[in-house]
Amino acid sequence: MALPNKPTGELKAVRDPKVEKRDVDILIVGGGMAACGTAFEVKKWASDDTKILLCDKAALERSGAVAQGLSAINTYVGDNSPEDYVRMVRNDLMGIVREDLIFDLGRHVDDSVHLFEEWGLPMWKKSDDGKNVDGKKGVKLGTLKGGATPVRTGKWQIMINGESYKRIVAEAGKLALGEDNIIERCFIVELLNDENDPTKIAGAIGFSVRENIVYIIKAKTMMVACGGAVNVYQPRSVGEGKGRAWYPVWNAGSTYTMAVRAGAELSMMENRFTPARFKDGYGPVGAWFLLFKAVTVNGLGENFAASDEAKAELEKYAPYGTAAVTPTCLRNHLMMKEYKEGRGPIIMKTTDALAKLGETMSKKEMKHLESEAWEDFLDMSVGQAGLWCATNTEPEKKDSEVMPTEPYLLGSHSGCCGIWVSGPDEDWVPADYKWGVGDKVYNRMTTVKGLFTSGDGVGCSGHKFSSGSHAEGRICAKEMVRYIRDNPEEVSFKETDEELVDLVYKPVRNYLDNCEYTTDETINPHYCKPAGMALRLMKMTNEYGGGTATYYMTSGASLEVLMDLFEMFREDLEKIAAGDLHELMRAWEITHRLYTVEAHTRHIQYREESRYPGFYYRSDFMGQNDDEWFCFTNSTYNKETKEWSLKKVPYIKIISD
Amino acid sequence: MPSFVIAEKCDGCKGGDKTACMYICPNDLMVLEPNEMKAYNQEPDQCWECFSCVKICPTQAIEVRGYSDFVPMGGSTVPMMGTEDVMWTCKFRNGVIKRFKFPIRTTPEGEANAYLDLKGKDLDSGLLSTQEADGYELKAPTELV
Repeated sequence: MALPNKPTGELKAVRDPKVEKRDVDILIVGGGMAACGTAFEVKKWASDDTKILLCDKAALERSGAVAQGLSAINTYVGDNSPEDYVRMVRNDLMGIVREDLIFDLGRHVDDSVHLFEEWGLPMWKKSDDGKNVDGKKGVKLGTLKGGATPVRTGKWQIMINGESYKRIVAEAGKLALGEDNIIERCFIVELLNDENDPTKIAGAIGFSVRENIVYIIKAKTMMVACGGAVNVYQPRSVGEGKGRAWYPVWNAGSTYTMAVRAGAELSMMENRFTPARFKDGYGPVGAWFLLFKAVTVNGLGENFAASDEAKAELEKYAPYGTAAVTPTCLRNHLMMKEYKEGRGPIIMKTTDALAKLGETMSKKEMKHLESEAWEDFLDMSVGQAGLWCATNTEPEKKDSEVMPTEPYLLGSHSGCCGIWVSGPDEDWVPADYKWGVGDKVYNRMTTVKGLFTSGDGVGCSGHKFSSGSHAEGRICAKEMVRYIRDNPEEVSFKETDEELVDLVYKPVRNYLDNCEYTTDETINPHYCKPAGMALRLMKMTNEYGGGTATYYMTSGASLEVLMDLFEMFREDLEKIAAGDLHELMRAWEITHRLYTVEAHTRHIQYREESRYPGFYYRSDFMGQNDDEWFCFTNSTYNKETKEWSLKKVPYIKIISD
Repeated sequence: MPSFVIAEKCDGCKGGDKTACMYICPNDLMVLEPNEMKAYNQEPDQCWECFSCVKICPTQAIEVRGYSDFVPMGGSTVPMMGTEDVMWTCKFRNGVIKRFKFPIRTTPEGEANAYLDLKGKDLDSGLLSTQEADGYELKAPTELV
């Protein structure tokens, strides 16, 4: 048997990769819902000679958060008003949101939903006699655009048969942009600033996960939309199950890290999402609460969320806690209280809910309902269905446990961390919330000229979900075309090709320089491997940064320890090693995760209050302090001095209560 | 719930222009071992169980086995993809079998309307191309503070 001191991956990395250079007008980094929106929209506005390129770390057909499918579209405004959409998001996120961005999203999102239906995404409909009809039979009832009634679960969500949601959306994006303008399996890892104006974007570098190629791309403008951040905190499952993250496990914080390293300002990075989901399988609970009207009980069998004690607790967080719909974080807060007082586990009474529905339904209707319940999992979280099968859980016969997950960082779902971007150029938008170049305003542009973002990338504007991310990607497409019309001059960066290749392939050189020193390539004092670094990062954030280990509690003292650990971690990343292309991807992902979770915890450190009880707590600053902290917190990072700067930015209310 | 490849069924997609599972995996987990011409999951603890590889495999050689750290043995969920529907077979540990069929799309694959001929007119308006074409009027908020 050979000694294990050779790279194990099938696609070996070599010391000197090929260099492929591109010079484009518009670069799209990412391939998820937002990027597919940009891909669909951009050529509708760009002149025929505009050079456009999209780089996706994976394959467009199944990349991003919707890769597996979805059972619902969570944002469809329909008969509601965009003003009410703003009110809902504002209340859920404890008051501090960018209402201009949210309103803007609300008036565009339905157009994308109508396109999805036209492209072939099956949407459930309400029949004239009030029955739910699935997306195939529902075709006869007409389209949403034509006035057909969707099946709502809650005020904003509509049900779909969404197994192929991403394939359909990617197909339209690919057709619109043209396959020749797309590079799949190209992982962009760092953005480049203009050599004459460092506040301007000029390009990006990345590598192929399939061949030894480094891409050096010059671009006048670009949109970065690579999702949120997963596996930045230790998951509740630490073996194989750590892949069963609630959000897609491949989201590595690339959006935030690349942007902040290019000089962009981040906002509300302290916000996080720790969704309460079916335990371990992380299947969705929304349909169970809203469609099947199930309740959760504590270990004593009490409907704790409806108790007087819970009501009193929520009143502490008025007006959010006392609103008709309790904010997501406060719902978690009530659960955390049960756990801390020893009243777990929390059980979803699926049996009671289905029995109750059975009282008024025929056998056939019940069969259909059972199918709906399973589809909810099979469309978007097959693993949960697998767990039910393996544990003999038929929901009409056996209840299931619910539990809040490890923390996730994202800006498109029920969270709002992200990048600080300009709003639209309209009179009702406050002057402090719009900017651009000269007297021109570019909607969704970051504080770096020419750098745009959407989806999970945009901060202070949660509850966009899949449809909103797509619409926002389309907004960016048009704004980028405007940007290059107004700013047609060439860009350039100061780094040489050699310097850029050295940067991207440094982990490979670290590996090749040292791998033969020991008899086992995984254990070597001269380098660290991504697999170990991933665990090291998640351990430190879990223990000091308010992970599940401490019921999401942290403090100033704990955060100081964490910052020291980050510093050594960052130094050690200089020695990260990758023997194959897959490992090189992991090496860069861990770098992206570090900066993102560091931004998150630095924001928690800076904001001396507990704005989102149930998502995280500062033990030294419990409760909310509106006098001091009813504002945005924004941060920047200087990659020359390696210093973070944080500041308060005023919140301006736009929409009335 | 990491995916696994059944050795006997995998032919490495040698008749195709690409190795399907390797092409599709969003997390770059599936790789082809070129000597045996068979694929495998190179990092099972990073598998999101999205079933993309299972659904795309032309020889139905890929299935999923429950995560070893919390899933009891014996269950399985197996999809069969059609052009309009997906058929799921869910097998319980105790032998119960449930089958479900769900629609996946209402148009033929490859025929999503990308509006290739649509060109926007007013680049400085806040309207998206299809909104402009539909004569949609951009709403401004009316319920201001």
